[in-house]
Amino acid sequence: MAEMDTSGGGGHKKGPGVKKGKKLSTRVDLTPMVDLGFLLITFFIFTTTMSQPTAMRLFLPKDTDKPEEQNKAKESGALTLLLGKNDVVYYYEGILAPDASNFKTSNFKEIRDIILRKKRSTDPKDFVVVIKPDEESTYKNSVDMLDEMTINDVKRYAMVDIAPVEFELIKKTQGS
Amino acid sequence: MPKVKVPRKSTPIDMTAMCDVAFLLLSFFILTTKFKPSEALAVVTPNSVSSKVAPEKDAVLITIDKDGKVYFSVSDDNVAEKQTIIEEVSKARNLGLTPNEVKGFTRSSSYVGVPFNQLKGYLALNQDQVKTVKQPGIPVLDSTNNELIDWVRAAVTAFQGHTMDLLVKGDNNSKYPSFQAVINAFKKNEQFKFQMITNPENVPAGTELYRKNMSRAPGETSTE
Repeated sequence: MAEMDTSGGGGHKKGPGVKKGKKLSTRVDLTPMVDLGFLLITFFIFTTTMSQPTAMRLFLPKDTDKPEEQNKAKESGALTLLLGKNDVVYYYEGILAPDASNFKTSNFKEIRDIILRKKRSTDPKDFVVVIKPDEESTYKNSVDMLDEMTINDVKRYAMVDIAPVEFELIKKTQGS
Repeated sequence: MPKVKVPRKSTPIDMTAMCDVAFLLLSFFILTTKFKPSEALAVVTPNSVSSKVAPEKDAVLITIDKDGKVYFSVSDDNVAEKQTIIEEVSKARNLGLTPNEVKGFTRSSSYVGVPFNQLKGYLALNQDQVKTVKQPGIPVLDSTNNELIDWVRAAVTAFQGHTMDLLVKGDNNSKYPSFQAVINAFKKNEQFKFQMITNPENVPAGTELYRKNMSRAPGETSTE
């Protein structure tokens, strides 16, 4: 009873007891096979794209104690970005004022505008970005900031250790 | 009276062609897929817009895990260099490693995250034991005893004469001092060029790099 007559009812009935010469069709329904094929394809597509790490190049400056060998950057064209705890970015333009009046707080979303604004307002050959990650910042912060340099097409940038004065300022800003 | 049968017309589609295409694509993807070897060190790398694929040959990999522990490994294709590195290290630190312990470093997907005074014991372990042992990481934070300097020096000696790619693979949550110590170890060995392994990311629309890429490839349209 569970069988269905798929012959379409086209065949004429023979008498009872006479076996029907069944014509076996060689057609196979390929739909499940196609389903399976595409399922596997999706699986392989996902696994291939996941496992392709890229690499970011970074060139380090040579440490030198001799002042004449150091690259001098014009102070006014410098933008110093300090990376602090909890993805906070502190920054100042030019050199740090003694009363720290130009020390400002920002974050990773707004920093792009700040970099771009500084970039437009300074002479390209004087423009330099100094990145100073502090002890509390994560590796991701550093990479994100270096990436930001690529995104904003900053030609000259350097990663420098933080100065004690700046570290104190970050501490103070965090405390307040 | 029997119902008037409406002849149900099915539209049988020949699936053969579709099946052919599906399996052709499938075989293509199977052949091109390179499975990531299961990594003992779970590291979540940050994203970057860089589109350069990380090199797999001639690579010296420094891994920083989420606790800031530093591990040292060399790509599996460079067995000869691995041998030289471990012998150099053994010589420089008077560890007196036996050939069996040297093998502990030269076997595939080996990595080291122990100080030199534990290295001998660590390399004597077999492959299964290595997975269970908790490694304290190579000591780097003490600037007077940055052991990574010796490792990098050995690598530089071993790769002398042909290219070596220094790779840093850091975890998102590792703190900066470990990274800084790794950089210092590179600098001490006069290695000023290295690469950081990242996950690819799309260039944010409207930025300078985005415009630059667009002007370089005028045929391409924005995906937004």
